[in-house]
Amino acid sequence: MASNQYVPHAAGFVDNEGPKLVTSRFTDPQSFEISNYKRSGGYQALENAINKAPNEVEAVIKESVLLGRGGAGFPAGVKWGFLPPVWPRYLVVNGDESEPGTYKDRLLMEQDPHQLIEGCLITCYALGIETCFLYVRGEMALAQERIAKALNDAYEEGFVGKNILGTDVGIDIVLHWGAGAYIVGEETALIESLEGNRGMPRLKPPFFPAVKGVYMKPTIVNNVETLSNVPWIINNSPEEYKAYGSEASPGTRMLAISGHVNRPGVYEVEQGVVTFRELFYGDNYCQGIKDGNELKMFIPGGGSAPWFFEEQLDLKLEAKEVGAAGSMLGSGALVVMDETTDAVKACLRLVRFFARESCGKCTPCREGTSWEEKILQRILDGHGRPEDIDLLLDIGSQISPGVYPTASWDSQGLEAVSFPPKQTTICPLGPSSVAPITSALKRFRPEFEAKISELKTAGVEK
Amino acid sequence: MSRLNSNNILLAEEIISRYPKRKSALIPLLHLAQEQDGYVADDAMEHIAELVEVTPAEVLGTCSFYEMFKREPVGKYMVNICTNISCQLMGGEELLHHAEETLGIKAGGTTEDSLFTIEDVECIAACTEAPCMQINYRYEGRLDTEKFDQIIADVRDGKIDIASHGTLSKLRQSIPQDRLSGIKSPDEAQTPVWFSRRLPEENEVKIDGK
Repeated sequence: MASNQYVPHAAGFVDNEGPKLVTSRFTDPQSFEISNYKRSGGYQALENAINKAPNEVEAVIKESVLLGRGGAGFPAGVKWGFLPPVWPRYLVVNGDESEPGTYKDRLLMEQDPHQLIEGCLITCYALGIETCFLYVRGEMALAQERIAKALNDAYEEGFVGKNILGTDVGIDIVLHWGAGAYIVGEETALIESLEGNRGMPRLKPPFFPAVKGVYMKPTIVNNVETLSNVPWIINNSPEEYKAYGSEASPGTRMLAISGHVNRPGVYEVEQGVVTFRELFYGDNYCQGIKDGNELKMFIPGGGSAPWFFEEQLDLKLEAKEVGAAGSMLGSGALVVMDETTDAVKACLRLVRFFARESCGKCTPCREGTSWEEKILQRILDGHGRPEDIDLLLDIGSQISPGVYPTASWDSQGLEAVSFPPKQTTICPLGPSSVAPITSALKRFRPEFEAKISELKTAGVEK
Repeated sequence: MSRLNSNNILLAEEIISRYPKRKSALIPLLHLAQEQDGYVADDAMEHIAELVEVTPAEVLGTCSFYEMFKREPVGKYMVNICTNISCQLMGGEELLHHAEETLGIKAGGTTEDSLFTIEDVECIAACTEAPCMQINYRYEGRLDTEKFDQIIADVRDGKIDIASHGTLSKLRQSIPQDRLSGIKSPDEAQTPVWFSRRLPEENEVKIDGK
């Protein structure tokens, strides 16, 4: 295939020491082929599941405390339990991965599409769903290609479609693909997009997907990584799954660590065991900060997460712990920034992302994010005004009122404000734009002030 | 300029048949139009409106929301350079400036020979390979100016085989009629036959819904 020569095999994945629950096939260059999948135990879980009653399968997943991997970290089993006894029901797979710094779903779709398909089938069987839509981000051409091929093969071999494995179970999986919009990763926007509309989020309530989702019918929206865990859990047991990770967050997570580290990569990491320090400096992980530099700040869970600093390095990678400390593990994207990083520039780049991706539905976000961007840009360009800092905070408080989540700062006696933030908008995109601003301003305010005053006195344009 | 050709009309009907409601096929059909012409032409949008049975304005409404759809012709190769945070840290902005200088166009512009269009894009999910870019949505990572120049030269010389702008996956999903279980329409309120295999209530795990 011509496209393959352009894409190195599983570029970015680091095969380090540690349990591999969802990335077990990543070292096989042909892992995406159905023959290789079957040879390594593939579609065994589907058979195991179909031999059980649907609600037994559902109970196994609930018992395993499989947490959603899309960002919110909500237990999948509990989400499934919200379905009212109404048919038809739909499963929508969220493969619209686009949070800055995040990539794990792309690798799972490219390298092990059958594992995902098997997870979808088991979930559909457990919940009485006959139609599943697998929504892949538009820009991920190879993932689309691999999933299309995998689905065609799985249909042909009787794993998907009518009379699955010779039984009366029938489930169709339809590959759907987007066209470039970050907001579509939000579950109600994803549903709008799947219905052929502009990807604008719906108000919750009443539009909780489990009750009123696609075509106003009960819909479960699950992330790619979440569903990719399902076959392993069925093949093993909730107990074995819970042997990995911590009590509150069992199993593993795929984390993408990028930025100023010696060995950036996508790692499968046990939840709640490893600390940020081990992850950034440990030999088994990123092997230290680039060029021997000092750490300045890091983002623990994607562009929407408030920043952490050296004070937070010894926190474990556990959702509740990180939430209480003022940020989130979110989508498993860690971005490490060393002492050479310009805090204002980094802040502007993240804010610009939210300004570009705002869908325009809610006024505080549509207007607010673009003003935040303009003000930060003029500070960076040397046209900043002394009142700009307060103005930024004021705009932020109109999108996210009250005290914004923040990490503690021991030497200043500042305590952490726990996640999540409040919002005046339908979805969390707008409030996310406030994260880099409050993070950068609280910690590096002198850098902003210096840019404003220095260039003012010099009267130059940079 | 053009409506969907006869081959694409067949493909469009096949795609539409996989959805309970025709409008759900809108984004895949816009991709089909872009694959045919390299961009989404006005006539194609009108044609799609007929196919999915909505107004042309609704098609335009959806089309204009998504960044990948181009309503004007663009270069044969879309060079999407990421400048989001992970790439910015590793020199993504410098790479974009280099690309702009080398190709003699600004981000959003197309070279005179209609070969290349440069875009300054948001995170494309290859952050550990920063700085990275996509050429017609095929990845290139760990770039520097030399590597960038080499890739552009290779594309120019036809040494790298990339389908022209609009083609994403070279493979399509295709469900044989005899394998299709039957896409459920929202009006079919029946519980699946096999779902009756649920164990009786007392074995159920009760969940306190909100």
